[in-house]
Amino acid sequence: MARAVSSRRKLAATVAAWAVALVIFFPILYTVITSIKTEGEAISGFSLIPSFTLENYFTVQSQKDYFKPFMNSVVLAVGSTLLALVIAVPAAWAMAFSPTKRTKDILMWMLSTKMMPAVAVLVPFYLMFRDFGLLDTRIGLTVMLTMINLPIVVWMLYTYFREIPGEILEAARMDGASLWGEIVYVLTPMAVPGIASTMLLNIILAWNEAFWTIRLTTTNAAPLTAFIASFSSPQGLFWAKLSAASTMAIAPILIMGWFSQKQLVRGLTFGAVK
Amino acid sequence: MSTRNTQGLARAMMAPSVVLLLIWMIVPLAMTLWFSFQNYNLLNPANVSFAGLFNYQYFYTDPAFFQSVWNTLVIVVGVLLITLIGGTAIALLLDQPMFGQGIVRIMIISPFFVMPPVAALIWKNMIMHPEYGVLADINRSLGFQPVDWFAQYPLLSIVIIVAWQWLPFATLILLTALQSLDGEQKEAAEMDGAGFVSRFIYLTLPHLARAMTVVILIQTIFLLGVYAEILVTTNGGPGYASTNLAFLIYRTALLGYDVGGASAGGIIAVILANIVAIFLMRAVGKNLDR
Repeated sequence: MARAVSSRRKLAATVAAWAVALVIFFPILYTVITSIKTEGEAISGFSLIPSFTLENYFTVQSQKDYFKPFMNSVVLAVGSTLLALVIAVPAAWAMAFSPTKRTKDILMWMLSTKMMPAVAVLVPFYLMFRDFGLLDTRIGLTVMLTMINLPIVVWMLYTYFREIPGEILEAARMDGASLWGEIVYVLTPMAVPGIASTMLLNIILAWNEAFWTIRLTTTNAAPLTAFIASFSSPQGLFWAKLSAASTMAIAPILIMGWFSQKQLVRGLTFGAVK
Repeated sequence: MSTRNTQGLARAMMAPSVVLLLIWMIVPLAMTLWFSFQNYNLLNPANVSFAGLFNYQYFYTDPAFFQSVWNTLVIVVGVLLITLIGGTAIALLLDQPMFGQGIVRIMIISPFFVMPPVAALIWKNMIMHPEYGVLADINRSLGFQPVDWFAQYPLLSIVIIVAWQWLPFATLILLTALQSLDGEQKEAAEMDGAGFVSRFIYLTLPHLARAMTVVILIQTIFLLGVYAEILVTTNGGPGYASTNLAFLIYRTALLGYDVGGASAGGIIAVILANIVAIFLMRAVGKNLDR
């Protein structure tokens, strides 16, 4: 009897959860479906059955040259993440293993810099980028993305490093390990998972950053965010083509995101929620 | 353990991050402050002069200013309410045993990974378009007139789009917090005859307080600066109906070429963001220390 009730309850929960999930996922699903419709089908009313054409993908590639913004996105996201890690790993390391009274204040200050509205410094950055010839360059934008994500990277690494037990270091030292040996054989293997998830999350954040990437680029360094924003005024029959471009822009990061959802929570809440 | 030697090393390891961030923050901020006291228009860059407080006065007396501050508040508070209430409800649902939970989770988290311009364009063209959007199709099939969302309810439309992007984030965090709730406590409360509502109010909600604080803090950081969603949908209009403070400053700077005016707006935005930040940091600091 109890089993019948609980399985009925499970069924009800399943139906309700799937309904909610489908509603939330619907805009993405419908975009993917529309991307394989013809332009005629795309505007002839609601339909979930496409004619499975890949034409839109070819058209977008040939008209707008999708490959260049895609490569720009990859270079910017990966480049800025690696650069941020190089700067942040030592800092997070020091904060986690030899904290002082001020460590917490420094961390809070770093987080507070994220609160500064980006538009407030748009003009100076725009003028500086213009004067240094950095407008619409990959280098300029990589540095920009590195700096705006640096506080989050430091925070995330800090919360991971803090969980590496200090006693392990002492034990290794007693066994006669040198400082170098300590770092290479004891700490690095324990730190790698934290660094990897920080990297994954930061790539997602950098990929989706949509203020500086749009404002500081025009064509050469424009990543997918700027590429898609250029579709904002309709150009004739463009629903299916827009869907194809959108699908290509979000697919890589969506798939990465699915794999990172476990780390996402603790990463983005700075270890406050696990 | 930390001798003077390791202390020095630690400081050297922290230096690059701290120094770079400090420079990256202070130099542009100082420039913004300086520009805010100048008459400086990019169309006439040779003619720069001291303006005193004129730019501030100009910005402050502009009716668009108050509307944009109000719109910023509506976006932040509206999205926070939708994501916190909706997120809690969905998290409670996902915490039940069910079939295919993995797939359900993947579908619900997905909008968070969609870049803002894509999210906005999908909603603008596929969902809310008055002729070809799905909502218009639904309205027509029910015999109603389709709604022209961005003309009639521009700010609400922005709130809906941004809430769609952030609902997964709130849900995922609240769900994670929910799953760490002690099962024994729940069972004990159930045995004592506590109903669902009282269990939720006295047990679940206090347990979620910390996660909710974190959601509010992080979302507020991003919601104060909503930009791309406005740029590709309403472009701030009609009039200033969907212009938030960030978008107003962008309009002044890069569309009006008015460096002085935009900088004054920027300084005002920094002050407002700081007021919010102080409250939030205090609340979060308290909650995180527990």
